[in-house]
Amino acid sequence: MTDPMTRSTLMGCVATLVFLLSVPLFHSAYLIDVVTEILIYALFALSLNVIIGYSGNVSFGHAAYFAIGGYTNAILLTTYGWALVPSFVISILATISAAGIVAYFCTRLTDIYFAMLTLAFSMLVWAIAFKWRSATGGDDGFVGILIPDLIGDRTRFYYFTLILVTASVALLWSICHSAFGRTLVAVRENAVRAGFVGVNTRLMRWWAFVIAGTFAGIAGAIFGMFHRGMYVESAFWTQSATVLIMTLLGGMFSFFGPAIGAATLFILERITNEYTEYWPTVLGVVLLVILLFLPDGLSGLARRVHAFTTKNK
Amino acid sequence: METLVEFLRTGMASPGITMLLNNPNFVLIQVLNSVSMGMNFFIIAAGLSLIFGVLKVINFAHGAFYMFGAYIMYSVTETMGLNFFWGVVGAGVGLVLLSAAIERTLFRFVYDKEHLLQLLLTFALVLILGDFAKILWGTEQYSVSYPDNLAGATNLGITYYPSYRLLLCLLGPVIFLAMWLFIEHTRWGRITKAATQNREMLAALGINVPLIYTSVFIVGSALAGIGGALASPFNSPTPGMDAIVIVECFVIVIIGGLGSLWGTFVGALIYGFVFNFGSVIIPNGQDIFAFLILLIVLLFRPWGLFGRPEMEGH
Amino acid sequence: MAFQAWLAECTRSPRKINKMLETNNLHKSFEGFKALTAIDFKLNEGERHAIIGPNGAGKTTFFNLITGHTQPSSGEIRYKGNLISGLKPYTIVKLGVARSFQRINIYPRMTVFQNVQVALIAQKNQHFRFFTKAHNLHKKETEDLLELVDLSEELEDIAGELAYGKQKQLELAISLAADPRLLLLDEPTAGMSPNETMESIQLINHIAETRSLTLLFTEHDMGVVFGIADRISVLHHGQILASGTPEAVRQDTEVRKVYLGEEIGNGPA
Repeated sequence: MTDPMTRSTLMGCVATLVFLLSVPLFHSAYLIDVVTEILIYALFALSLNVIIGYSGNVSFGHAAYFAIGGYTNAILLTTYGWALVPSFVISILATISAAGIVAYFCTRLTDIYFAMLTLAFSMLVWAIAFKWRSATGGDDGFVGILIPDLIGDRTRFYYFTLILVTASVALLWSICHSAFGRTLVAVRENAVRAGFVGVNTRLMRWWAFVIAGTFAGIAGAIFGMFHRGMYVESAFWTQSATVLIMTLLGGMFSFFGPAIGAATLFILERITNEYTEYWPTVLGVVLLVILLFLPDGLSGLARRVHAFTTKNK
Repeated sequence: METLVEFLRTGMASPGITMLLNNPNFVLIQVLNSVSMGMNFFIIAAGLSLIFGVLKVINFAHGAFYMFGAYIMYSVTETMGLNFFWGVVGAGVGLVLLSAAIERTLFRFVYDKEHLLQLLLTFALVLILGDFAKILWGTEQYSVSYPDNLAGATNLGITYYPSYRLLLCLLGPVIFLAMWLFIEHTRWGRITKAATQNREMLAALGINVPLIYTSVFIVGSALAGIGGALASPFNSPTPGMDAIVIVECFVIVIIGGLGSLWGTFVGALIYGFVFNFGSVIIPNGQDIFAFLILLIVLLFRPWGLFGRPEMEGH
Repeated sequence: MAFQAWLAECTRSPRKINKMLETNNLHKSFEGFKALTAIDFKLNEGERHAIIGPNGAGKTTFFNLITGHTQPSSGEIRYKGNLISGLKPYTIVKLGVARSFQRINIYPRMTVFQNVQVALIAQKNQHFRFFTKAHNLHKKETEDLLELVDLSEELEDIAGELAYGKQKQLELAISLAADPRLLLLDEPTAGMSPNETMESIQLINHIAETRSLTLLFTEHDMGVVFGIADRISVLHHGQILASGTPEAVRQDTEVRKVYLGEEIGNGPA
């Protein structure tokens, strides 16, 4: 996951990019909406994997940064009438600050405590969003987000999302494949050894958390604008569960895995909701299947199949 | 920004503080509220702590078990019209059956796996159990009435206080004592303690370790259900209550120290006091106060008041 | 003129030279069990010093204290005159103290190349470079280090799948990557065959020579001890029994009593 792109991955990326660029040409509003949302969730899941896959910790509260990014952007755009760029930038800064503070506490602890603490913080964010009605609309949600005309229409917003997400993914790619990324993986693999070659493992994990939170905030800001509203569910633990399962489903040991997981799970949810209201059960079962049979997710499965078939050529 | 300043200002000059300073009976009521709430939480969190202490698993679904206890209480008392006492019993029995089934089928696969895997498994359980509750009871608002003979208030001299809550204040220490005696002075208890240290050794001595594990899980989960049933008159069964409860339990065991019974007791009391006095001083501020305590504990003693430092990260 | 200079040199007050490593009244207890008692230890720069003693004597605990893995119960540890007891392991490493582990402590799922590369990245303080591509970073230096420990063939192999002896060599390479001045080796030849042991002795001597390292190591194999060490300390039940040249230690009565069961006054059996 810190190795350069293989030929097949590169071809896959190019093909995907070509497809994504051409989506509006199909003249289907539904398709554009679905792909926009998948792009948002893909970024969200990829950001979480910096914590899970790369630094080896599990966060049960990643939705907090999604929500902070989304709500801050919503409030600045609408309640205070700011322009898009300053609003977006401040939202990201707010998310970074929150992630930085939370990470300071969480990185002091081991896996279980770390995970539960991230959950506790995200429920705190949820509680604040819920109770601070005057700012966030509380239970009813923050509706009627003002979107600048430039990205007001569906297709324009789609390309806006595509550009932002692609740029973010490229940035994440660089970071994950850098000296930092590789050392982070070493910390995941053997934190004690990493300490004994001179690595401040706690600081590494802090950075991983902050980076992850930043991109989750970007995803959240886009999300709010896309739906023209932000709702408290975005901060509730079920949102964190969803993105976590997306990451695991796609495969936490590959860079692009979580994006695949996001697309798969999103489509699965859409289909499930057509037939039943018990999506959480389906989600839970998917998680069980991954845990018991597919620990390295779909991308891991693909890798194993690929290795198997090339061996037998 | 204005709202934040407003929020703080209401706290500073709050009518709550004035009341506290002027009315000793008001203080007593808040103290008893804190203790009764704390004791209720102790019953629930003790199960979580016990399960962690022996099985080294944090059961996320503990909150879901609590929720089931509350719903079962509703069914037994309102739907079937039976006595409150039977509701508690029903919650206990129901959770014993449910947790035994889950432990036998799912958990045995993960005891030897990484903690992460176990954690995620319980996470999956919460999702499934939540829907299961929805199937069984729907999503309407339910309420559970106080038990008949305890519905009134007792005269404490300075003031009257709801009798039911007084019962909770007494039940907590009783259960604590019972658990403590059981763990320290019975064979089962000593074997359980030994299991936390070295389960291979126990197995080699011919002790049925899986049975120990199952029994611990059942007892811990039953406590959650009973706690939920006991709390149901003032904490009505609602979808989503499991998430809130598990976070509260977690705050308590962090403050007290995972795996320490006494720590859970103290942590639960602290939580009760902070919650109640916090909401008197700043209405709507309860959650914030609890988190503040959590943060302070984490800054200075991340392994909790009575826990062990090995919990700390690298 | 030369005589004046010589006289001046003789009468100049001696500079205080700091020991490479020094412990003062070092104690370590674990929940009532006294692992180390009153350890006063001195190590000179350039020395090759072996610590021997039966299992449980406290050798690994001693190493753990020096490298910051655990904290002393009391007493202090100084490296080049500076207090290091109480510092975090990664800080101590940065000061120039590296170690290898008794039980192999590598990154089992990463490649041999990556195992050493990561250590080099950390040594050069580049581990917070977010945009420096990792792939061929420090390729030459990594390969050179691996060649030193004879692992050039196995660069792309998964570290955890290597044979035990080769993993030990990798262990050594990782500790060298930190560019230490003081190298602690915890039982470097444990579990090796006689051939591998011979090669290891040569390698360790070569490395200590070419890099001007100060060496502190623990061993059970006396052949290795006498093959590398110029001084030995004997640790027994957490206390230093004797310390000195190999010959001196061999003759030491306390040591002979403990190891050979001899009473004072009686000759060898």
